[in-house]
Amino acid sequence: MASSVSAAAKASAAFAHKKELAAAAPAPTQHRAGSGRRSKPCRVRAVASPARAPRAPSSTGSVKTAMTMTEKILARASERAGLEPGENVWVDVDVLMTHDVCGPGTIGIFKKEFGGDAKVWDREKVVIIPDHYIFTSDERANRNVDILRDFCMEQNIKYFYDIKDLSNFKANPDYKGVCHVALAQEGHCRPGEVLLGTDSHTCNAGAFGQFATGIGNTDAGFVLGTGKALLKVPPTIRFVLDGEMPPYLLAKDLILQIIGEISVSGATYKSMEFVGSTVESLNMEERMTLCNMVIEAGGKNGVVPADETTFKYLEGKTSVDYEPVYSDAQARFFSDYRFDVSKLEPVVAKPHSPDNRALARECKDVKIDRVYIGSCTGGKTEDFLAAAKVFLASGKKVKVPTFLVPATQKVWMDLYSLPVPGSGGKTCSQIFEEAGCDTPASPSCGACLGGPRDTYARMNEPMVCVSTTNRNFPGRMGHKEGQIYLASPYTAAASALTGYVTDPRDFLM
Amino acid sequence: MAAAPTAVATAAGASTAVLAPRPAPTSALLRRTQVTPRRHPALKCRRAGPLTPKAAAAAAASGGSSPSSAVFHGEAFVVGDNIDTDQIIPAEHLTLVPSKPDEYRKLGSFAFAGLPSAAYPTPFVAPGEESSRYAVIIGGANFGCGSSREHAPVALGAAGARAVVAESYARIFFRNSVATGEVYPLELTDAGAWKECKTGDVVTVDLGNSVFINHTSSKEYKLKPIGDAGPVIEAGGIFAYARKTGMIASKAAA
Repeated sequence: MASSVSAAAKASAAFAHKKELAAAAPAPTQHRAGSGRRSKPCRVRAVASPARAPRAPSSTGSVKTAMTMTEKILARASERAGLEPGENVWVDVDVLMTHDVCGPGTIGIFKKEFGGDAKVWDREKVVIIPDHYIFTSDERANRNVDILRDFCMEQNIKYFYDIKDLSNFKANPDYKGVCHVALAQEGHCRPGEVLLGTDSHTCNAGAFGQFATGIGNTDAGFVLGTGKALLKVPPTIRFVLDGEMPPYLLAKDLILQIIGEISVSGATYKSMEFVGSTVESLNMEERMTLCNMVIEAGGKNGVVPADETTFKYLEGKTSVDYEPVYSDAQARFFSDYRFDVSKLEPVVAKPHSPDNRALARECKDVKIDRVYIGSCTGGKTEDFLAAAKVFLASGKKVKVPTFLVPATQKVWMDLYSLPVPGSGGKTCSQIFEEAGCDTPASPSCGACLGGPRDTYARMNEPMVCVSTTNRNFPGRMGHKEGQIYLASPYTAAASALTGYVTDPRDFLM
Repeated sequence: MAAAPTAVATAAGASTAVLAPRPAPTSALLRRTQVTPRRHPALKCRRAGPLTPKAAAAAAASGGSSPSSAVFHGEAFVVGDNIDTDQIIPAEHLTLVPSKPDEYRKLGSFAFAGLPSAAYPTPFVAPGEESSRYAVIIGGANFGCGSSREHAPVALGAAGARAVVAESYARIFFRNSVATGEVYPLELTDAGAWKECKTGDVVTVDLGNSVFINHTSSKEYKLKPIGDAGPVIEAGGIFAYARKTGMIASKAAA
């Protein structure tokens, strides 16, 4: 009821905007299933026939509704044959994720409302991931992880990624790091499912073709006890990204471009579906970057249709059967946006809003104090590989302190083991060291959201930072007067090399 | 709802609200009602702080049968567009767990601590205080954007605010406000009308009549009806509402 879509009427040269209920259009991706262990690969439940009914539906007595992917996932989860945007439905939740910031409050509400001896609805569907305030001496932050641990022991929660030895994260084999990346890496993200989490960037998992959104403690407390959530079916805005991705662009540029176009409230209460040849060419981590930031446009969720890339990523990660679903050809979209990606340029979001878009080259006179590469949005293996590529291409040293915070323990390992293409076998960590970056830190959410005062790389002074994170609101990384330029890992690395906001083409072309 | 006992000041109907005997002013009320309008009795009840017996009795006597008839009166605190949850409650304070009563109160003391001091020279919560003198928050578009932290509506409610009047809301903040019952997230029908308000203006939010009155500027605005969310907030959040209406069983053991 509170949406604001006024900005959606803006125009732009780079794309064409077909407003309002554009029916049909390119049937995205294949419906055929991938390889793997899914038992019923081709079957899709709760789906209308894409073929046109021979008679008007009203005359057959059976109304079949063409649906978008998001509508279809929610239809399946609510055991309904068809759904319309705006309907409120009770859905069965496949996975509930919580972390150290919102977990204790969620547990508090669960205990208060369901009783001290209540059990969670399904101990295998609750995933608890300490990740926000880990490497800190803040006593309350440490206590919050203890609360999670006690609860997981008491409830026998199957997936709890604990950390006890804060002095050395590697001594904690269970510890993962940033929840959204860990959810993907540990196989908790699966096509067609409903994943809710007490974190706004839970929408990250939409990259797998599932419905994923952030909820508050109270709603999460309810899900803990019942496994159900009352959700309003969002209308879907479709973003068709076509064209070959230039070698100096990353998914971060695409989503900053989109948010700049539709504004920070342009997708409020709506689903954002990303299709097109560019999206199909993206790897899973890049698709995650795209979906991760839909919340920055106010989006309820983002989805990318599952395809071979998805199925391959999932191989060996999960033993759970899943069923991908896809938008019907006749599905109705709230609006359509089309981008020719080959014509786009590297962009940044200037302070203090993710929709404050500018071309990176337009900001070349902005002097910066530091660079931060990390978070769920920009701290994945591919993000660090991209940064390393720029450092490698330049052969120079960074001119400002450059902080690297791998999202998870797995990403950290990759930095120290994966050879960077074209480097003659060097790892990211070697390239970062040669470029004069800070040593990669312990995996966590780090300074993306400021956090306790002693958080690594937190902005405790009013500085200017180029960051691969997701938000640049006042105070986001610590200091209220700090200025954050959101950028792709390419742009962040290029900016580190010059000490100014820099277009990565200066080094990559 | 994360807080200790709540008494929501409600009247059986809008007309009753106007006719209802005025509750004896608490200290909080006195602070907020420098200008007392004749037609709108101050029914603002503090949630976080202890209720005086008289105020509690008045709240109880007014009953809670009819939805969304509450009236809030007091000073307004005005913020801009796209106020995100980091500005409402900075991340460094998220170690506070809203379901613990002492930490709930502390969250209130940090409400709006993230607003840049240059743009907002007057703090929402005065230094050293636990709660705010401002009963109503007025904001622009997309209020509460950003993170899903429930700490945001909780901090506002814990500081004593009862309603936010904004042009529009970010989805998760709106939902969290309703689910917790901490604040009424209300919308003005006229875009941009919020710009005519200043911090310190004395305002009245009348849910029953869906009007927002700025007494300082003598202007009256229409509010969009809160609809089905009203009774949920009035009950004190979704769990309380579901119990009250029989959707879920009352707790056997308290």
